[in-house]
Amino acid sequence: MSLKVAVLKGGGSLERPVSLRSGAQVQDALERLGHEVIAIDVGADLIRRLHQAEPDVAFVALHGRDGEDGTIQGLLEAIDLPYTGSGPSGCMRCTDKALAKHLMREAGLPTPDFYAFKESTIKELDVAAALPDVERKLGFPVVVKPASQGSALGVKFAHSSDELPGAIVGALSYDRKVLIERYVRGRDLAVSVLGSPAAAAPASAAPPAERSAGRTAAATLQALPVVEAIPRDDSFYSYQSRYEIGMTTFVCPAEIDPQLAARAQALALECFELLGCHGCARVDLMLEDGGGELLLLEVNVVPGLTETSLLPQAADAAGIGFDELIERILDSAFSRPSRALASTPDRAPT
Amino acid sequence: MTIEDRPVDGRPAGEEERGAGSEAGAGVDGGSSRAVQGDPQRRARQTGRELKRYESLFAARTRSMRSSAMRDMFALTERPDVISLAGGLPDTSTFPPELFAKLMSHIAATSTARALQYGPTEGMRAVMDCVVEVMAAEDTAVDPEDVIITTGGQQVLDLVCKTFIDPGDVIVAEAPTYPGAIPAFAAYQADVVQVEMDEDGMPIDALEETLAQLERAGRRPKLIYTIPNFQNPAGVTMSTERRRRLVALARERELLVLEDNPYGLLRYEGERRPTLYSLDASSTGRGGASDFVVYLGTFSKILSPGLRLGWAVAPRPVLEKLNLGKQGADLCSSPMCQLFVSTFFGERDAGGPAWLDYIDRVKQLYRTRRDVMLDALEQELGGEARWTLPQGGLFVWATLQSDVDTTDLLARSEKVAFVPGRAAYVDGSSGASSMRLNFAGSSEEDIREGVRRIGEILRRDAGLFGALTQSRELDSEDDAPQGPAAQQESPDGQAPLADVVELPKRREGSLRKRRER
Repeated sequence: MSLKVAVLKGGGSLERPVSLRSGAQVQDALERLGHEVIAIDVGADLIRRLHQAEPDVAFVALHGRDGEDGTIQGLLEAIDLPYTGSGPSGCMRCTDKALAKHLMREAGLPTPDFYAFKESTIKELDVAAALPDVERKLGFPVVVKPASQGSALGVKFAHSSDELPGAIVGALSYDRKVLIERYVRGRDLAVSVLGSPAAAAPASAAPPAERSAGRTAAATLQALPVVEAIPRDDSFYSYQSRYEIGMTTFVCPAEIDPQLAARAQALALECFELLGCHGCARVDLMLEDGGGELLLLEVNVVPGLTETSLLPQAADAAGIGFDELIERILDSAFSRPSRALASTPDRAPT
Repeated sequence: MTIEDRPVDGRPAGEEERGAGSEAGAGVDGGSSRAVQGDPQRRARQTGRELKRYESLFAARTRSMRSSAMRDMFALTERPDVISLAGGLPDTSTFPPELFAKLMSHIAATSTARALQYGPTEGMRAVMDCVVEVMAAEDTAVDPEDVIITTGGQQVLDLVCKTFIDPGDVIVAEAPTYPGAIPAFAAYQADVVQVEMDEDGMPIDALEETLAQLERAGRRPKLIYTIPNFQNPAGVTMSTERRRRLVALARERELLVLEDNPYGLLRYEGERRPTLYSLDASSTGRGGASDFVVYLGTFSKILSPGLRLGWAVAPRPVLEKLNLGKQGADLCSSPMCQLFVSTFFGERDAGGPAWLDYIDRVKQLYRTRRDVMLDALEQELGGEARWTLPQGGLFVWATLQSDVDTTDLLARSEKVAFVPGRAAYVDGSSGASSMRLNFAGSSEEDIREGVRRIGEILRRDAGLFGALTQSRELDSEDDAPQGPAAQQESPDGQAPLADVVELPKRREGSLRKRRER
């Protein structure tokens, strides 16, 4: 069926350039698939343009602020336009890394220890007084991350107490909330997940390890093969290398023990469901040196769709071409569990 | 000659870079797209590692190509509410539209066919004569036969690399260096070694030390790249003594110097310095051309960057290779723009040649703007940062406290943009606490407001930093005033840790004081 698809891209976030590239790739694919594409660089005129163009569906290719934090998704629900990817609550849970990690920890999913705080509390509650305790518990080095940025933007390392304040102030340049996390030395893995959680059937009967084998009858969720990102020079792959061909070597499927790979996929699926994601998401993990423990880092609700992005590579390795991937993400816009609010006409003014 | 510029796949180049918000899709043949889905063979090919396809086709050199993260961030500075001090722009609004119209109608009346035709690769003779005039204004005599007209000064960088650089060859550059040179050098897989500058430009002792180090490693640089006047980004000017030493060193060791001089005529004060080209030419003892200096000039800063016209002056054998390189690159630079330049240079007004008058006008404007920026920096960042005092050109280079990373600052500064210092270093990490500020392209009001916004963010950061370190300081006083940490030297050995801990308090205090003034 040919649809009129509004591709939402660009916007005002720091990840704008990546979003424009993702959007361009998506547009090409949608056109090849025979859809009518309306490209929208998201700005103040977004809603007006959507009203004018009257698309059937919105393809969210926005990264970073607004596009991933649930704001745009909420607006799209307000105007009753189906859209791809996770809903507002899933976006909010994933975009706030601190919230996501708390939820993971409560659910018993492994994630590196961390502490999070807001910029305002530094002065109001003298966060610094607690830093020695945090340092003692996490040990150096630590990673300081803006709570809501994707793309490794603003991620800092501190190897000692002296470096910590600078790292915190630096990370606060990217978000008003930061988290200090135990540094995990190891291999950088990512598992992308496609599909919708089996919302109709509450808890799936099959144990996660079995579900991870691929599509099952019970769930429409699919964990794609594990990708490993190997930086070419730096100790940590930076914003730039993550998006430039040749700066980082991606291995897909990752050359790891098949049982570990299956475990990584199972963790990714659990995490996807736990955080209420929909359509697609990329779950980042670390495989820690030594013990070989898998640890969940974060979930990206609008994974990059550029030529070097991990999701398309993983899909490719699973035999899902780029166009098919885009079609499947597009389809997910129409399989969203119905929302209570939208279907309660008695609440609407008469 | 046959010109084939149609892209291989029949799709106009650049289409994938659709303009923001463009309504794509209208012209797409939906029927054939759907046919793709139905054709199993084509479908199989689509799924067959279509992403890796390009990667395996890319040339090895693309691995070293880089688009700086800065360029990505600049996308944000295009918003109307952002004051950008980031560009390398002159202020083109200073060119009188009536004069522009007059020049263009003169070209239309006399040379429409020539303007629309190809021209010689080396450039039009009339423009070479303009180059001779411009360089004479810098006390540099050149033979028009030694000149090649290029598409901006940037093309000279590309052609010189194309001519001299094999993968792994060394280019010695200043630190910081022109951020736009880095992608040009990187594309030819050059190994760029940078020599840290001071207020008199590149210290020749440090250069000699670098050359000695390279020699010990069995390496010899192909080029020494320098911007001697009002350097981009540092704003500093190489002293005459260093110029003489550099030229002597180049002659003695038979090294080629690439002298990049876009701003030489934009001097607001102080005495003009001789070009490296003229120094070398005069030391040949036979007059005429230089042996070891390739000179790069441009009309971009003294007239207009939109014309995309620059030039190189080089020894004949080098010139021939540059010409061959240019044939492959673009055949010739725009004849229309070349006619614009030669026509403009023919203009005279009461005060003499119109082009010199125009330079005088922009010099006055930029001098005032420079003063406004230096004043604003003193007001907003005095005591917290140091900056260069450019005698000309477009840029001030400001260096903040060593714990400030200007890339983070840029991320936080939603309403003002500048070039983070890292962009001027090949390693991508040095220069982290510096920034390049352009004073030429913005109004006085915008310069003041832009610098004020930078100061505001710095004050906020300093406040946070202070809050984060003060309580620890109290702790350490409580616990162990003579603890090992208190006596430890910082890694660079410059200051004991106790002073570093003091820093934020001092910063915050003096910034607050300033605000109250």
